[in-house]
Amino acid sequence: MYKKIDNKDVEYLKTFIPAERIFVGEEISHDYAHDELGDVEAKPDLLIKVLSTEEVSKIMKYAYDNEIPVVARGSGTGLVGSSTAIKGGIMICTSLMNHILELDENNLTLTVEPGVLLMELQAYVEEHGFFYPPDPGEKSATIGGNISTNAGGMRAVKYGVTRDYVRALKVVLPNGNIETFGSKCVKNSSGYAMKDLIVGSEGTLCIITEAILKLLPLPSQSVSMLLPFTTMEKAIEVVPEIIKSKASLTAIEYMSLDTIISAEDFLGKKFPDTNYEAYILLTFDGNNMQEIEEEYTKVANLCIEHGAIDGYFVDTDERKKSVWNARGAFLEAIKATTDFMDECDVVVPKDKVASYIKYTHEVAKEVNLRIPSFGHAGDGNLHIYICRDNLPNDEWEIRLNKAFDMLYNKANEFDGHVSGEHGIGYAKRKYLANQVGEQQIQLMQGIKKVFDPKEILNPGKVCYINE
Amino acid sequence: MNIVVCIKQVPGTTNVKVNPETGTLIRDGVASKMNPFDLNALELGLLLKKEYGGTLKVISMGPPAALDIIREAIYMGADGGVLISDRKFGGADVLATSYTLCSGIKAMGYFDLILTGKQTTDGDTAQVGAELAEHLDIPHVANVTHLEYEDNQMKYISNLGEKIVTAKVTTPCLVCVDNDINTPRLPSFKRKAELKNCEDLIKIVTFNDIEDQDENHYGLKGSATKVERIFEPEKRSDKQMFVDGDLTKKVYEILSQKKFI
Repeated sequence: MYKKIDNKDVEYLKTFIPAERIFVGEEISHDYAHDELGDVEAKPDLLIKVLSTEEVSKIMKYAYDNEIPVVARGSGTGLVGSSTAIKGGIMICTSLMNHILELDENNLTLTVEPGVLLMELQAYVEEHGFFYPPDPGEKSATIGGNISTNAGGMRAVKYGVTRDYVRALKVVLPNGNIETFGSKCVKNSSGYAMKDLIVGSEGTLCIITEAILKLLPLPSQSVSMLLPFTTMEKAIEVVPEIIKSKASLTAIEYMSLDTIISAEDFLGKKFPDTNYEAYILLTFDGNNMQEIEEEYTKVANLCIEHGAIDGYFVDTDERKKSVWNARGAFLEAIKATTDFMDECDVVVPKDKVASYIKYTHEVAKEVNLRIPSFGHAGDGNLHIYICRDNLPNDEWEIRLNKAFDMLYNKANEFDGHVSGEHGIGYAKRKYLANQVGEQQIQLMQGIKKVFDPKEILNPGKVCYINE
Repeated sequence: MNIVVCIKQVPGTTNVKVNPETGTLIRDGVASKMNPFDLNALELGLLLKKEYGGTLKVISMGPPAALDIIREAIYMGADGGVLISDRKFGGADVLATSYTLCSGIKAMGYFDLILTGKQTTDGDTAQVGAELAEHLDIPHVANVTHLEYEDNQMKYISNLGEKIVTAKVTTPCLVCVDNDINTPRLPSFKRKAELKNCEDLIKIVTFNDIEDQDENHYGLKGSATKVERIFEPEKRSDKQMFVDGDLTKKVYEILSQKKFI
């Protein structure tokens, strides 16, 4: 049993954290009781907005000694309930730890606090001629959150995911000790890959208080191309052909007209083309425009051979904004079309994307629910949204569970994973256990116990020892 | 309906540096693009052409590199274009630019409608459209958010900030288009591939091709204004963020401290 927060705890915490950064009970906004999807609701007893590693360390030490559960949180843009205080206790909000500490041009690294927003980080490095490639749709997420879920995003096709760009992490362990995993070094064969284990651990092993990220030189040229198709089937069937063509692409996204229209309504801005049922959005980048032109010409011709109506150039800031802003808003846009929705973020091998997307249409028919999807066709990570559309609760639960069972079973059949980038958190634990099996869950639980023997840090998540 | 759309090549980014000594924009190595506001005029023109038939041509004044934006307009659906290009036209202000465009348009032949964007992203004067209409001695309207053709007249809606005007203007006329009027279509790869060589759709007009041969009406010589200095505004990076608490009160306090209220 965890210790319930009382006045004594609050008074002690106030000895080293100013009262204006401590919020108790009713002072805590409801925003902190849920994440972006909102299906897991639980309010912490105490919310503390921290400013430094030392503060986190002191809080953690106190919580450890007194067995108080703690959960860390950034912008709260998660989708699986990772940063919800399901056991109450203390929520540590890192959003004020939002400083960029160092741009090291000699080592091509950026040192940041966890509360820096992805959009701020990207803008900062690009202003200095550098490039932080991970590009998840949710730009107002914090980098701490991105690291904790190993977020991927649109450019994973060419550049990989967040884990590939984390060089070092300063963390606070559940007992309050401060530790640094990794360094600015490029190579490291020294012991277990602890830093890589922390990336994607969803705040269950330690709290990230500083990160050193790897940067690349900013490619000088980037061109996107929007290719319309008369049906979604035709659009997704072209993806394996693009991959097989050995073309060098940065992003391959797919989107349906319905989703685009939802984004238009949501943003109040028109998309440059809405004449066709389905679209593939490609991005090419590099430093040589002639090479990029050769690449896109090859790919566009291939796509037209396989049914694309045309290829539209998305080559200026304004055009990129009109297309990519819509793409970035798809989740919120779909959310705005229904009273409630749940999501599935499976990843399947690239050659199974087309079959999997077609399967989502079968599931929609089978359970009689609207299931729009969009996502990263080029890396196999799909974002599938199951919309409630005012269905009564009991019926919704039955149909939703059936849809999830079908979708996750199919992903298993295709050797895919439960989550490509959103994480397991609270909502997807059952599906993770089904997918990886008892042995792997026990290994994960063993790791969790080594880090957090008292199970006070983000308890009940991912491999859930407590339940 | 014969439509002419005025377009201009501008720097591809807003981060263009100014040479502090000469006060001119450093364009070397900076990619160019079509003025984004002109894309709204072009889109409107293409929609009108689809609705009422006729032709749509673009016209631009600039160096030979500006051929790129004429080609781009053609890939978007324009039937052809004219580039007015001559060293004698260089250094033109609004007056000389609009006069040169007027000469070029006259050389193109008959038109019913001239469309321009709201302004350019580099010059930012928003006056070339109006002055061009004056030189051509045709009526013009600005801030247009809706346009349709009806019996030799253009029926338009113009957003004048405090009021919305719905009226008609007789053709031939010039219309400056508001940027909220539409989302411009994207240039087509297919059209680019099909028109492998679209050079036959493009005409280059030089000083020798225009009627008024008085050099004093063009370029620097024909300009009534002279730019004394261009400089980059100071960039401010100081900001304060307030997330919680009585935000209205905080904003009030800051504005009071700064003596804005």
